[in-house]
Amino acid sequence: MNSNLLQGKKVIAVGERDGISGPAIAACAKAAGAEVVFVATECFV
Amino acid sequence: MPDVVISAAAQVLAHVPSLARHGSKPRRELPKSAEQAERFAAALRTYDEAAAYPPHQAWIGNIHPRDLGDRPWSANAGAPRRTGRFGEIMPEEEFLGLLAAVDDFELFALSPEAAATAAAALAGHPLAKALALDKIDKAAGDIEAVAAEPKALRLTAGAVMRCAQADDESLSAHVLIDNLAAKATATLALLHLLERSGIDPTSIDYVIGCGEEAIGDRYQRGGGNMGKAVAEAAGCTDASGADVKNFCAAFVPALVVASSLVSAGVFRRVAIVSGGSMAKLGMKFQGHLAKELPIMEDVLGGTACLVEADDGTSPRVRLDVVGRHKVSAGGAAAEVMKALAIEPLTRNGIAMTDVDDYATELHNPEITEPQGSGNVPERNYKIIAALAAAKGDIARADIAAFVAERGMPGYAPTQGHLASALCYVPHALDRLTTGGAGKVMLLAKGSLFLGRMCQLSDGMSVLLERNVGLEAGR
Amino acid sequence: MDLQTQEAILRASQTYDKADLVVLLGSPDPESAEIAAETVIVGDPSYAGALAGAQLGLPTYHVLEELIHADIPDDVWEAQIGVMADVLEADALAATVAGMRAQA
Repeated sequence: MNSNLLQGKKVIAVGERDGISGPAIAACAKAAGAEVVFVATECFV
Repeated sequence: MPDVVISAAAQVLAHVPSLARHGSKPRRELPKSAEQAERFAAALRTYDEAAAYPPHQAWIGNIHPRDLGDRPWSANAGAPRRTGRFGEIMPEEEFLGLLAAVDDFELFALSPEAAATAAAALAGHPLAKALALDKIDKAAGDIEAVAAEPKALRLTAGAVMRCAQADDESLSAHVLIDNLAAKATATLALLHLLERSGIDPTSIDYVIGCGEEAIGDRYQRGGGNMGKAVAEAAGCTDASGADVKNFCAAFVPALVVASSLVSAGVFRRVAIVSGGSMAKLGMKFQGHLAKELPIMEDVLGGTACLVEADDGTSPRVRLDVVGRHKVSAGGAAAEVMKALAIEPLTRNGIAMTDVDDYATELHNPEITEPQGSGNVPERNYKIIAALAAAKGDIARADIAAFVAERGMPGYAPTQGHLASALCYVPHALDRLTTGGAGKVMLLAKGSLFLGRMCQLSDGMSVLLERNVGLEAGR
Repeated sequence: MDLQTQEAILRASQTYDKADLVVLLGSPDPESAEIAAETVIVGDPSYAGALAGAQLGLPTYHVLEELIHADIPDDVWEAQIGVMADVLEADALAATVAGMRAQA
């Protein structure tokens, strides 16, 4: 069941290298009908 | 093509508590608060505390990382042991002398007292004959005068770094001491390798640097070349060298390049070296102070290993079992691991349970967890195990056992290239010769996105294997 | 959170209607998820970046939250997230970020 939280939204993807990366989040958001306006991946090691 | 082996490896640490505040994070944060700076200084470890710390003993080969026991590891600390089968833990007062000994431009200056202490200690060092100890005397002088020079950097009470050119950021005192510290630690590691293996330094044809430092001037920031600088400092007079750069992942590409050069007959012996990253000292100090822990990022690592044609006993580098992270693999963590851990094994008909040890990103969790960065190796091993279960090589119920048996706790300083598989090479050589392992996989990952040229990560893996000649000789 | 990331989020909050924005996090553990969510929702707890004291209150989710998962086609989820959903503690991550949303 869709929540429709992402359809038509502008998404800021803040990924983490050791979790889910920015590009992976962005791909998910696009597929859910969002526009991705910023992508970053953080690395803490 | 002839088979290629890793015939020797060495590993050192330099304990540098006074230099820790010159790491990138403390350097930016400590000036903001005198109280914090005081707490930082009070939380630094003594040499004996740092030398006895079990992960450091694992680094120099006195224990295997799987034998570190329960945490906190400092509670299991035995007596501080300076040397191990892989190398040594050098105290700061000697390391200051080593910095002077590898400084070719009279940029590093010592007080007469610091120089005398360092020279006396290094004169009794087993590698003394290989070090340019006369340079320590030349570095001694009025360091207050040096400290007053434009853009000079006061490092410790007895040491100052000059800049090479006041208006060139790439030749600032900070950049130059980062690079000199990397050169010193890498050189120390290569000297230990030569001493311990008895290999003639002039028999080495090429030295590849795979550290994280950027050497150059404003016209070619990061142009290189640490490999050849270390070759000269270690007396490898017949060698040339170059660097392989790939963030934390550089070692595995460097190993594959070195092995390919030997396999193709271009060179007979290639050394791969790396030094420590001064910029990463004290990187997570805020988390350590908040949890009332000592400043644990107070050591610089140095590594060296030697690649040559099959000698019949040393572990082989399986150039047919190399995994690479393709551009098309994207940034999903599981896809990265599939490309590195699954694809090369599957392509060669090797089950994931045929590999005894996986070495990847062995960051010490006692350093990363207090800052909220989690347990990096454990996470990696869980991904590898989950993929092994998805592939059908193990049952889902066996994931935890796979992690415990084929993974290991992280024990490396948080200097990415050192943690990234590289630090396990000497242990792998042990495990694949006198130990019980038949196959060890080295996996390295690098965060290319940090440089803002692409959103990608990268990684490479390679399989090491017990030499069939060793089996035949049994 | 990275200082450049904070600046970019601040810029996005000024460029777009806040009601249209959604922040998706990919933090690996609850500790780092809490810091990231706090930074975006109430402001940078380290007071180092552009979001210090910003109180943007942007709707912020961890990508592994069931609410988000439900919106993502299965094939894309499998390719981009895959086993990470099993490796990371999705429930703890979701609870942490939801707790921070409640403070908005």
